[in-house]
Amino acid sequence: MNPLAPQVVNLFAAGLLLLAFAMLAQRRIVTLIDLFALQGLALVGSTVTMAWATDQPHLYYSAAITFALKVVALPWILHRLVRRLNVKWDVETLINIPTMMIVGILLVVFAFNLALPISELSRSFARGTLGIALACVLMSFLMMITRSKAVPQVIGFLSMENGLFFAATSATYGMPMVVELGIALDVLVGMVILGVFLFQIREQFDSLDIHHLEKLKED
Amino acid sequence: MEALFLLLASPLLGGLALWALGEREVAPEVNAGFSAATLAAAAWLTAGVVSSGPVEGFAGQFFVDPLNVFLVALTAFVAFTTSLFSRPYMRVEREKGRMTAGRLRLYHSMYQVFTFTMLLALTTNNMGILWVAMEAATLATVLLVSVYRTPASLEAAWKYFILCGVGIAQALFGTILLYFAAERVLGAHGDALLWTHLDLVKSQLEPAIMSLAFVFLLVGYGTKVGLVPLHNWLPDAHAEGPTPISAVLSGLLLNVALYAVIRCKVLADGALASRFASNMMMGFGLLSVVVAAFFLSRQRDIKRMFAYSSIEHMGLATFAFGMGGPIASFAGLLHMTVHSLVKSAIFFAVGHAAQKAGTQLMEDIRGLLRTNPTIGWGLMIGTLAILGMPPFGVFASEFLILTTAMREHAWATPILLLALGVAFAAVFSRVQPMVFGETLLKRLPHQPALAPVFIHLGLGLMLGLYIPPYLAAWYRQAARLLG
Amino acid sequence: MNVEGILLQLTALVVALVLGPLLTGWVNQCRAWLQGRRAPPLTQPFRALHKLFWKESVMAHEASAMYRAAPYVVFSCMLLACMIIPTLTTNLPLAPAADAIALVGLFALARLFVSLAAMDVGTAFGSLGARREMLVGFLAEPAFLMVLFTASLISSSTSLATIVSSLAHREIAILPSLAFAGVAFTMVSLAENARVPVDNPATHLELTMIHEALLLEYSGRHLALMEWAASLKLFAYSCAGLALFFPWGVAQANDRVALALALPVLVAKLAAGGFLLALIETILAKMRIFRVPEFLATAFLLGVLALLVRLLLGA
Repeated sequence: MNPLAPQVVNLFAAGLLLLAFAMLAQRRIVTLIDLFALQGLALVGSTVTMAWATDQPHLYYSAAITFALKVVALPWILHRLVRRLNVKWDVETLINIPTMMIVGILLVVFAFNLALPISELSRSFARGTLGIALACVLMSFLMMITRSKAVPQVIGFLSMENGLFFAATSATYGMPMVVELGIALDVLVGMVILGVFLFQIREQFDSLDIHHLEKLKED
Repeated sequence: MEALFLLLASPLLGGLALWALGEREVAPEVNAGFSAATLAAAAWLTAGVVSSGPVEGFAGQFFVDPLNVFLVALTAFVAFTTSLFSRPYMRVEREKGRMTAGRLRLYHSMYQVFTFTMLLALTTNNMGILWVAMEAATLATVLLVSVYRTPASLEAAWKYFILCGVGIAQALFGTILLYFAAERVLGAHGDALLWTHLDLVKSQLEPAIMSLAFVFLLVGYGTKVGLVPLHNWLPDAHAEGPTPISAVLSGLLLNVALYAVIRCKVLADGALASRFASNMMMGFGLLSVVVAAFFLSRQRDIKRMFAYSSIEHMGLATFAFGMGGPIASFAGLLHMTVHSLVKSAIFFAVGHAAQKAGTQLMEDIRGLLRTNPTIGWGLMIGTLAILGMPPFGVFASEFLILTTAMREHAWATPILLLALGVAFAAVFSRVQPMVFGETLLKRLPHQPALAPVFIHLGLGLMLGLYIPPYLAAWYRQAARLLG
Repeated sequence: MNVEGILLQLTALVVALVLGPLLTGWVNQCRAWLQGRRAPPLTQPFRALHKLFWKESVMAHEASAMYRAAPYVVFSCMLLACMIIPTLTTNLPLAPAADAIALVGLFALARLFVSLAAMDVGTAFGSLGARREMLVGFLAEPAFLMVLFTASLISSSTSLATIVSSLAHREIAILPSLAFAGVAFTMVSLAENARVPVDNPATHLELTMIHEALLLEYSGRHLALMEWAASLKLFAYSCAGLALFFPWGVAQANDRVALALALPVLVAKLAAGGFLLALIETILAKMRIFRVPEFLATAFLLGVLALLVRLLLGA
């Protein structure tokens, strides 16, 4: 196996982590979507590297699906949605950005600690990246709960799925093809439904602010 | 094999057909027809499994054993009776203007697609496809919860989508970890996620990975079961969606999610050889029972109240499966069955009552016995049944659970009894004035579909009084599979 | 402490004193070219210093002894910093004392004195500048420390000489931690040297000043020393960056050939770095003050990330 391959995968993993932080700190929705597309690209890159290094053709198909879905289809759908919903303005976050960054760092440390015993058991050569994948998932989760508009919450949700996919490829050379196809289908259908749903919300409330959706309480 | 194929093909074709037909007048009847076909296929499959043992299909990708075949039968049955209930119910809704032709088309086709995803989740052998089907079930119903387009229903659907989505993402991570553990033993190809293969090698799976995987799987699928503290989506989704959807969510989806948890628990128990998985399930179950019981008294909306009741009962079932052992597992399976039947019966009655009164607030519904005695009695008997009065089935299962708890985990018994008592008081005090009391409302224009209500209640009663021996043997076989 | 060592140290001193203002002049030239203006000559900073040294130094009545001492202290700190960073060679007599943390400490000392002196006279802009300088320093210092710690982890030592020699001799590998640390270091040095996007060095608007506000009261030789110290700071940061991330060319012990080549290599690297700095200044716009904490928090974050990636991934 080429000694360069683990380094390239580590590079992509570090890039993924960096993008997760960048998404956490980003205010503008259009840039957020582009960062998400870049994250997909980093994912494709690492999958292709692993496919080439370990000579597993099914990873090429997986990379192709990821590319079609997460670099092309989903960002296109999101851009169209944002244009038609007219939500291009900046979003304020619930906590200020430096605090979120520090919480993000703590999450990264936590995720690395959690993933350490498992990474040691992995036979994959990219096992150190499981911690990064878990960290990306946790940071996307943080992004979801600290945003007050609908579209960034959705993007957080999708980038959580990115992190999970990266965990699958780094720990186990990817899931069986049929499962990956199923997951991709789910994500696509979910996005379509979400698009319809966001229109309904906007129609009802004339805004996509999540604060409008917090009226149902225990009384 | 053919039965299995028919079982899955029928609702899928139904979904497509109803999407094409959708806006015509006969849509509800077509819906009921496809559900009947699904029920027939389920009965055929059940007969096959009962007589000749577990069935594997399509190169081992599907697997039907006594555990999931009774759930398959239950799902098909409740889906059929709910489709019968939804016929007149949706007609009234359409006349009131709350449903348009387009929305009805979405509703009917998604109903069938939802049935398909649940049956797929129940019969698949592949843990990854199980995940895909669970997520698809959520997606199929998201738009249905918001179908009335009120602010409250949009909020409910958004919460449902996001919270269940986040939960299911945890379950995906758990599945990935499971695959990771499996790959070390079974090798890296598609068969490593098949439950039957995993079951054979479960003692060789790495404990560290399996414990982490089980935690994620429990949290993930537990969100869909409605375990506290992941339950926030449940009351809203049940209260704001149309009543047939509340009935199938409560009666069927929660069961399927719990089934997924049980399958994972079997693997975890084999790998860990400790009570870690059991203790976690018991903890979550107990927490759900207690929290739900105390929230019950604060509800003003009738469907929300019964949604909390669902959380309570699923918590009880989780607790039972957590305790483990033949009696507790038997009780858990029985509880899943009777809860499903009785809760959907209650929702049918509640649906008609709310339609009549034009509101879901309990203080505005009164005197059901005077205007529609059948709805009134249906609601009263259903409430008594779900609260655990003998001779209904819920009493039998709760009794078994409590006695097992007293024997093995005595500390939990006073908590359970207290919670059940609080729930009884809360629900009964709300339902009693609704059923009795004075009112000025008129009868419903359409004859409500009450046959489903009484069929379900009848079955609940029968299971409480006398479980046919083949059914008991069937449950015991399933309980044995749970270890 | 042999003669060669002392000679090398003095050479480093002279190189720093000469190349510092030259670097500032070069950056100004590049910026002018990029902005389509005619550039002042390369030796313009020397002329400015020369002019200032011959001018009379005027001070306020209330100025304390610290105000008078501050320019000398600051200049000495910066000069010492330049002497301990391995610019030409790692074989310096001061090398045992050349610790990465000591470097940060030197910069902090200089910052302390310059801020106190600015507040000393009691003008509004002085206090304004001092507060802002402290804000920037408070956030930039941890980030800089994280970068240095990353480099220390990779070379298993905090001594600057050891860091440089181990980084120069490691095999070619893609180290994401160094990449992150590099970006963090760039951001920190932009902030500390009062460059766009944190502070515009050529501004006349007092309300937007950070660094210039601290120098408003100085004149004559004091101003000359402060300006020279600022160029030395830029030189020190550039050399630190080159030592950490592009250490090839710095002569190791007893390597005379490399020693002869070290100066041209250093000049070439500094020229490239200066051009890059001018490019960054031209492309970016100055941030509003309240965004500076975010900018520096990002730098800190990248530094911590680099550290974590190194610790936990070994990459």
